[in-house]
Amino acid sequence: MTDATALLTTADGKPLKAALAASLATRRRRAFLLVAPLFLFIMISFIVPIGQMLYQSFYNDTFSSAAPNLAEWFDANPEGSAIDESAYAALAADLALMKKDKTAGAAGTRINYDVSGTRSMFTSTARKADKFEPPFKEAVLAEEKKWDDPNIWRAMRSASSPFTFDFYLAALDLTRDSSGSIVPVAEGQAIYKTLFWRTLSMSIEITALCLLLGFPIAHLLAVLPMRKAMLLMILVLLPFWTSLLVRTTSWMVLLQSQGVLNDMLVWAGLIDENGRIQMMYNQTGTIVAMTHILLPFTVLPLYSVMKTIPPSYVRAARSLGATSWTAFRRVYLPQTLPGIGAGGLLVFILAMGYYITPALVGGADGQMISNMIAFHMQKSLNWSLAAALAAMLLAIVLIFFWIYDRLVGIDKMKLG
Amino acid sequence: MALPTYASPLEKAWHYSYLVICGLIFLFLIAPIVIVIPLSFNAEPYFTFTEKMLTLDPEGYSMRWYDSLLTFGMQNPEAERGASFWSDFWGNATWMQVTKNSIIIGFFATILSTALGTIAALGLTRPEMPYRKQITAVLISPMIVPIIISATGMFFFYSWMKLPVPSFEGGFHFEWTRLAGSYLGIILAHAALGIPFVIITVTATLSGFDQSLVRAAASLGANPRTAFFKVVMPLIMPGVVSGALFAFVTSFDEVVAVLFIADHTQQTIPRQMWNGIREQISPAILAVATILVMISILLLTTVELLRRRSERLRGVSPQ
Repeated sequence: MTDATALLTTADGKPLKAALAASLATRRRRAFLLVAPLFLFIMISFIVPIGQMLYQSFYNDTFSSAAPNLAEWFDANPEGSAIDESAYAALAADLALMKKDKTAGAAGTRINYDVSGTRSMFTSTARKADKFEPPFKEAVLAEEKKWDDPNIWRAMRSASSPFTFDFYLAALDLTRDSSGSIVPVAEGQAIYKTLFWRTLSMSIEITALCLLLGFPIAHLLAVLPMRKAMLLMILVLLPFWTSLLVRTTSWMVLLQSQGVLNDMLVWAGLIDENGRIQMMYNQTGTIVAMTHILLPFTVLPLYSVMKTIPPSYVRAARSLGATSWTAFRRVYLPQTLPGIGAGGLLVFILAMGYYITPALVGGADGQMISNMIAFHMQKSLNWSLAAALAAMLLAIVLIFFWIYDRLVGIDKMKLG
Repeated sequence: MALPTYASPLEKAWHYSYLVICGLIFLFLIAPIVIVIPLSFNAEPYFTFTEKMLTLDPEGYSMRWYDSLLTFGMQNPEAERGASFWSDFWGNATWMQVTKNSIIIGFFATILSTALGTIAALGLTRPEMPYRKQITAVLISPMIVPIIISATGMFFFYSWMKLPVPSFEGGFHFEWTRLAGSYLGIILAHAALGIPFVIITVTATLSGFDQSLVRAAASLGANPRTAFFKVVMPLIMPGVVSGALFAFVTSFDEVVAVLFIADHTQQTIPRQMWNGIREQISPAILAVATILVMISILLLTTVELLRRRSERLRGVSPQ
């Protein structure tokens, strides 16, 4: 081996480079195999369910499967064609089918999401559907004259394909007029955009409050001697370990109009017996309770950053003539920015998706977008709209998760 | 944090007001949790301190709400406190049933998420792990995705998916069970929700782990298995246990997934509390809250002791 360019080989004669690559590949495979079971578990129990739900937000076949004849007619006749006898024949055939399969209610509900007041038309007309005889247009209109409303036909056309963006339109307070172009819904019916803004603004307020309250105590914990700091840390960690429902209940007890806080105010003479303040079942109650619940999530990252800041920097600034305010603003504060970013983003992400606390103390104007998703899941049973709202909330949260990863790094997340 | 001797009067004033502000914030943190404890002993059905309570009159206090917790849902709550009373309590009392459910679900969810999470954390902390960031993001996501979205997704998927579950009725066999409305479904859901906490705590412990210890074990003749069980495992154990406690608390405190996928046989403590708060809130809820606060104090103490032990084991100075 006098040639300098000759390959380096291992003892059994394989090129060293290949042997190293092979060994690295084995090690990579081993590492991956350790993670694989959990990855698979999360995929099946968590990611796939969410994917399936998102699929529901643009796939809904309740109408198209109940009304195959209409679907065929809409396919054959492009948008804008006259609603003629053949269309009514398809409608009559489908109504008869709905009567047989008992799907009129479900199909009507689907159209009702779009044009309200139409569900009963489906159920009542379907009841007579097998008695209809040609000409069908007259027969159907004689039964219910609202069937010639172009808006209903527009809604049926859009529902006749199982793939639809109608629910995203609804989630953005948009609808289609009878010509099919997208327009905002009537004034007073627009609720979701307001709700998204409210969720966003409440989350920002809660994040700001958490940072404002978290910063001083994190600083105190970081500069106190270890023994004292550990004792005070318990005051931060105990709420963190206490059940969410317990903390929400406590706030309900405190904030009630017959509760402890109001009693104290009355006793102190600040308000009189009739002037008890409504502190709960509104936005204020939600913000106060959520700030309390999320505060530890800002204190802990702030503390761990502040702990690493050497006190000598501020002292050096002071010795160079900075006032204590300047030293804080120009030297200390910039060094805590990673903690502010980590704590603030985490609280914001968690606040955006909050459900339990707003549901219990929120009242009418303290509800957030999660509560609306739950409402459509459990009460109105408009699951596709719930899925569309969930998809939009998820998109917002994931954007902030991505920013969090960029700024902080998910592997830097710490608990307690 | 002593003030330097050269502090100006203004700085002194600010320093003391700063301490007062911190005190108020700590009060804000802790007062709501502490306040439920005395209120749960209220003799009256109010959520505030009565005159008698404030004057520390023993008549103002009573155990009636704890008593009502005990007997709620029992067939014969008036019976004498003998064997039949307690068997009625064990079999019928609502809070007993939900406690059993919470413990069963929490236990299995914790085992599942801790086992899978610890193994995965071992892989994730290896330097040669491919796509580490992306995979970690997926594994952490159950903590980030709003719970209502997770629960909704699980509701759809678990209502549709069936898995074989061992059954002992009519001879041992496996029965295809729908996940929604079964213990298995909630255990899987809670395990998924608890995994991020296990991953975060165990990777944090492993990142401070000195890999040369494994090489030292190998040089002394230990095979990889022995090295793992004799060297790695004892050192990361505190991290694993605190991860497990986090996972257990996540399950023990979880209400939304239970709300969506459980049926009436799998109600848990938080689910029952949710009912109590929504329908007709009575001070009995405060008695439950007090018990839960006691449990969280216990858990916090355990985790703190474990953390100190872990720091000592890893040679981080306790300062």
